Amino acid sequence: MGKGLIKRTKLEIAKSPEGLEGPGFFAGKLEEVIGLARANSLWPLPFATSCCGIEFMATMASNYDMARFGAERLSFSPRQADLLMVMGTIAKKMGPTLRQVYEQMAEPKWVLSVGACASSGGIFDTYSVLQGIDRIIPVDVYVPGCPPRPEQIIEGIMKIQELAKNESFRRRHSDEYKRMLNSYGIE
Amino acid sequence: MDKKELLELVYTKLKEKFHGSIESAELLYDFPVFTVNKEHIHEALVFLKEEPEFNFHFLTDLTGIQTADEKHLGVVYHLHNMPKNFRIRVKTFFPMSNPEIPTAVDIWAGANWMERETYDFFGVKFKGHPNLKRILNVDEMDIYPLRKEYPLEDQTRDDKSDKMFGR
Repeated sequence: MGKGLIKRTKLEIAKSPEGLEGPGFFAGKLEEVIGLARANSLWPLPFATSCCGIEFMATMASNYDMARFGAERLSFSPRQADLLMVMGTIAKKMGPTLRQVYEQMAEPKWVLSVGACASSGGIFDTYSVLQGIDRIIPVDVYVPGCPPRPEQIIEGIMKIQELAKNESFRRRHSDEYKRMLNSYGIE
Repeated sequence: MDKKELLELVYTKLKEKFHGSIESAELLYDFPVFTVNKEHIHEALVFLKEEPEFNFHFLTDLTGIQTADEKHLGVVYHLHNMPKNFRIRVKTFFPMSNPEIPTAVDIWAGANWMERETYDFFGVKFKGHPNLKRILNVDEMDIYPLRKEYPLEDQTRDDKSDKMFGR
């Protein structure tokens, strides 16, 4: 085994937020530090019901490696999840289950709608399929495609990271946010 | 025994017992098919199961159908005798105004879920069924979606105007 076999990659770690820095201290906005931590340690809950779920498996596996974005740890309990990834056709009968999963997640939480079916019902314009999950829960980022490629799903995750990074502390307590939840009938 | 002989055998036995209640007996796509009057469907099914000569002990499938004139509903039974490898199809039709027929759960326990499915999609009421409620669709649904009078597409969408789709 020669030395040349080991490729040296330039490691990029998350940049620290703006602030006053000196030996042994850093002064900045707590909001930004927490945003940085949240964005780079998302725990996704995969709600995979069909082919987009298969694409998600590729996204999570070594080739595309979603773990690079700090989303290594999938949470199969909604209580510990930050990000609900809905991938696949949601039948009307599945609707209440999806909603319950969303309600069980603790704040702060984000929702990523992956694929045409989750976003709009897709080709299934029929009596038994929910025409987009945004009819029952709020959605942060939509990923189009039927199914989308892993690169697209990663792009969606990065958009969620941007949201998490730049979210203000007060957002989840604001009247506007509560009004938005109420419009979905969620307390 | 080939299909034609099976058709003849079952038809003779059925005719002996039920006379005018057998509306038709024919070989469709190389498959013996019988149409039985709704009034005698239950007895006919019991007979087909109990008669030792053919003994259709297995209900492969049970499903609904709506005729093209939208005036009648039907129920189709696929019967099978495994040791002898006999298969037949039994149909019965009734008007949409009174979609009620006796259950087959007392003959084949496997009819339970299939009758619930037929009720779910066609609104056929199976008299005597132990638990006749929707099985696949949401409980709140107030239509029978596979009947031709109800549209296939979701009716809650407002972004699909006919103009955009050339309809």
